[in-house]
Amino acid sequence: MRIRAEELSKTYDRKHRALDSLSIDINMNGIFSVIGRNGAGKTTFVRIMSTELLPTSGRGYINEMDVVDQADAVRQDIAVVPQEARPLPWLTPLQTVSSYLMWRGYSYREANEKGKDALRELGLEGKENEKSRKLSGGQKRKLMAATVISSEAHIVFLDEPTTGLDYLSRKELWQLLSRMKKDRLIILTTHYLEEAEILGDQIMILDHGKLVDLGTIDNLRNKVKLPYVLKVNAENFKLEDDEVQIHPVSEKETFVYGSASKIYGLIPYLVTNKMKFTVEEASLSNIFEQYLGSGEDDENEEEDR
Amino acid sequence: MMKMKRKIGSQIMASILVNSIYAMINYPVVLINTLLAPLAILAVVTFASKGTLLPVAAVGALIMNMVSSGTSLQQDLSHLKNDMRLQDMIVSSPTSSFIYIIGMAISEIVYSIPTLAFLIILNIIFVKITFLGAFILFLDMATIFTFSISLGFFLSTFTSDIIQSWGFSGILSPLLTTIPPVYYPINYIPYPFRYLAYLSPTTYASEIAQSQTGYYALSASGFATAWLVLIAITAVLTYLALKRSRWREI
Repeated sequence: MRIRAEELSKTYDRKHRALDSLSIDINMNGIFSVIGRNGAGKTTFVRIMSTELLPTSGRGYINEMDVVDQADAVRQDIAVVPQEARPLPWLTPLQTVSSYLMWRGYSYREANEKGKDALRELGLEGKENEKSRKLSGGQKRKLMAATVISSEAHIVFLDEPTTGLDYLSRKELWQLLSRMKKDRLIILTTHYLEEAEILGDQIMILDHGKLVDLGTIDNLRNKVKLPYVLKVNAENFKLEDDEVQIHPVSEKETFVYGSASKIYGLIPYLVTNKMKFTVEEASLSNIFEQYLGSGEDDENEEEDR
Repeated sequence: MMKMKRKIGSQIMASILVNSIYAMINYPVVLINTLLAPLAILAVVTFASKGTLLPVAAVGALIMNMVSSGTSLQQDLSHLKNDMRLQDMIVSSPTSSFIYIIGMAISEIVYSIPTLAFLIILNIIFVKITFLGAFILFLDMATIFTFSISLGFFLSTFTSDIIQSWGFSGILSPLLTTIPPVYYPINYIPYPFRYLAYLSPTTYASEIAQSQTGYYALSASGFATAWLVLIAITAVLTYLALKRSRWREI
């Protein structure tokens, strides 16, 4: 599956540039994670590529079909769950999935059969005929994801599908996505960097509508200056070295970011002073902070676009 | 995964199921809601006129029912679009805006089947009409239904939340059904207010309907003019709904 953007831009109200000359070319199956701060352009990217929103300039392609000029053809191949989508409260889970499949062109019988299979896959067997409003928040999110994933769409856009879910519910959804990614491309936007790291076969970082970087977690890690983390468990640990970054987490724990040689060079000192420590590769959170700093979200953003 | 052959019938059926049948099955109380609105005014007009306007009001209730379908559609679609984000999912699916409108329009008819059935029985009992007149009445209803559905869909695509949608409905309902002479003959309205009534397409629909039931004498040229205006307004609204609605965001 291939998605391609050429100088894709979107300006809202003639002043707010939500997407700024984004150019990417992805040819893969699996999960493509899109991360960035609030207002980075994640949702705008998803909405343009899923044919919901017209770009201000530039071109977007899904499997080499233009998302503006060939939108009808593109729509045969894609499915989307928008950021705030919820199951209709007066429908049952089975009615929710089957009606969406009918909108995609399945017959009533086919849609019901596939709907039942999807709900079984989700672990919602037995709840298929209850009203959706009775489902938990996690079950509702899973239901929305299952709605599009049960379709034949080759490219699925999920815009922050796990926002607001507890850790266990998120894990359940991760398992579902991992199972479903084999023969399709899932474009997943998320604020949870751990989620993007665990699920993302490729990760795209956006900031202020611009592409910051794109690649596998290892690619991204290799590009940052401080790809290793030394976690020191010692009271009031102090170190003066311009080539590392020191982040005190608490009085008893300090993280030191640095290059492999710098981090491993510190180990003899820690051993001599009988300090407990671990060395890890930088997580996506560490990498993200190195790319964008640890500043606050853009205060001018009223909503995540 | 194989490419599947799209079935337009399924796409239309999905809208009907979601917007009317499932809603009626899962929340039967909505049936009472659809029945009450036209019947309430029908009752008031009948009681106030001591029964003399019952036939006119019975036909008027049919017109109101057709127009109410549009205002209901506007609210339903606005809710599905803004609160549930369903429209975004449909936009990105193989269902076109035209098929979505058709499905949702039929869903509004299905939704009002109990009311329609009651009103049709009432009309059969109390309204004297020829076979040709009944056919003209049917065309009249179909045209005003097309007008109201087109208007409802067009407006819904521009709403950003349900409060705005309620605002539209609050304006449309009196302008299209309460103020115009839907439940009584137009000659009950004194000049110059009658000119204002002619700003509403439902006035022309009512004139046509009332001319067929014998409650309003309409000349041949007046009859033709009424049809012309009604069809023109409906054509413009249908064009706007299909070509100028905000199906895809800009």
